[in-house]
Amino acid sequence: MKRHRIRRGISRFFFGLSVFALVSPAILVFLWMLSLSLKNEVDNMSFTPVFIPNPPTLNNFIEVFARNDFLTYTINSVIVSFSATGLALLLGVPAGFGIAKAKAHRVAALIMIARVTPGLSYLIPLFLLFQWIGLTGTLAPLVITHLVITVPIVVWVMIGFFEGLPAELEEAALVDGATIWQAFHYIALPLARPGIVVAMILAFIFSWNNFIFGVVLAGRATRTLPVAVYNVISFEQVSWGPLAAAALLVTLPVLILTLVMQKEIVAGLTAGGVKGG
Amino acid sequence: MSASAGQVRPPSTGLRGRNYARKYWPFVVPAGLVVFAVIVFPWLFTLYMSVHEWEVGGSFTYVGLANYMRLPGDERFLWSVVRTLYFTFLSVIFPVGLGIAAAVCFHRNFPLRGLARTIFILPMMATPVAIALVWTMMFHPQAGVLNYLLTSVGLPPSLWTYSSASVIPALVLVETWQWTPLVMLIVLGGLAALPTDPFEAARIDGASAWDTFRHLTVPLVWPHIIVATVIRTIDALKAFDLIFVISGGGPGTSSETINLYLYQTAFAFYNLGYAAAMTVVFFIIIMLISLVLFTVRQREQWQ
Repeated sequence: MKRHRIRRGISRFFFGLSVFALVSPAILVFLWMLSLSLKNEVDNMSFTPVFIPNPPTLNNFIEVFARNDFLTYTINSVIVSFSATGLALLLGVPAGFGIAKAKAHRVAALIMIARVTPGLSYLIPLFLLFQWIGLTGTLAPLVITHLVITVPIVVWVMIGFFEGLPAELEEAALVDGATIWQAFHYIALPLARPGIVVAMILAFIFSWNNFIFGVVLAGRATRTLPVAVYNVISFEQVSWGPLAAAALLVTLPVLILTLVMQKEIVAGLTAGGVKGG
Repeated sequence: MSASAGQVRPPSTGLRGRNYARKYWPFVVPAGLVVFAVIVFPWLFTLYMSVHEWEVGGSFTYVGLANYMRLPGDERFLWSVVRTLYFTFLSVIFPVGLGIAAAVCFHRNFPLRGLARTIFILPMMATPVAIALVWTMMFHPQAGVLNYLLTSVGLPPSLWTYSSASVIPALVLVETWQWTPLVMLIVLGGLAALPTDPFEAARIDGASAWDTFRHLTVPLVWPHIIVATVIRTIDALKAFDLIFVISGGGPGTSSETINLYLYQTAFAFYNLGYAAAMTVVFFIIIMLISLVLFTVRQREQWQ
């Protein structure tokens, strides 16, 4: 009996160790990012790393805002991601409903191909078109191209949710003489609210994180945050503190959103991933 | 959850026939138009562009398949294909292997499991440019923390992304760090849906943990493992942000994958017709590899 308990203790210890080994790379990289952003340049560049900032300084963050148009880029990012997500919900939620109800699996396959296509391949033709139409220099090309990311995510997540809803309620409403639009608006939509939240979060995060569309299409005044941070390393003298501070600021909203909404995000990604096959 | 609910419910087609389904098309039309404009139209226009030569001013001339004929003779392109396959191979096996192990861990119940899982998936949600910058600083041969860690445990320092021999493995390290969580989530979804009876039976029969894993867990979640492999393969083939920010395809062209070369051709050299042809070939490569993997999956299901 005692030996059994010892063996269980050992196995528990090794299990704990493996969980620790799994989680620590993620923790360490983000903590290192935080550490770099709170230290002065001498500590950041020393070969024997200073792990804990002593004393911590906020100068790097102040410098980020002082030296760059960081506020403008933040506003750009907010406008682009919110518009692309909002438009995608407006278009994608009814589409997901229609596809799920009409069992139009071929349309769903089309969306899957969109997921497979590299982002860069949309850019070559769209870049040329935006030049012709004369949209370059505004945020419109960014919002439009971000729809390439957000619309498929929303449609994909919503198809899954609408297929999972019980059909009886809607059918009862239709028998009672409701139109399809009313059945959608008053019955399916309220039931699908959790799905809409999942779709919204995922679409927003992937739009916020997007880099490739901005790096090609954005001008100096229309940069989104990821592009702005990238430009700090390519054009100015690199100092690590402000760079880490800027990187942290860009990704902080996403990290917080993930921590707060982890249940919805895991549900959406798992469903999306599995259905992706 | 939602998907399984849909499967359990018997198909309720009492009300809707073929005509009934047609009434739902107005819901799809607005999204369909937008998808056509920003997704389907660019595909078609890329095909059109690939058979033309494009001048900077906007004029273009028909050149037939000349752009495609240039590809087999373009050594830089051929090397980028080789590098892409090398990068993809490594960026699939490591995340898939680790992701399965992680899924098995997270399938067990332990205190703070929810928090641990959330922290574990942070790398895949974080902004790629931001984490690429942190890794760039960590890779720095003199002031980077990774070489400090290597030397402090007695290992020789590495040049990481600063040498053509180690740049791709270093990039794979970041890719693995970032994308193992997605594999974990997909496999974990598979594990969660498994019946518990076979595992009970195996336990009563005294099967070891490893035997249970090999002969029960892996075969049962095999479809999920294949799906994760396909998704990982596609994403690794398309990888751009990490490589672009960390190494920029360098040193020289030693980490220039197809996507990076495509970017250079289109937006540094403004060789749009040639870039369009390259896109088409790149797309065909991705589709072929995905199809091969799906065929493997189908065969597994027939057996």
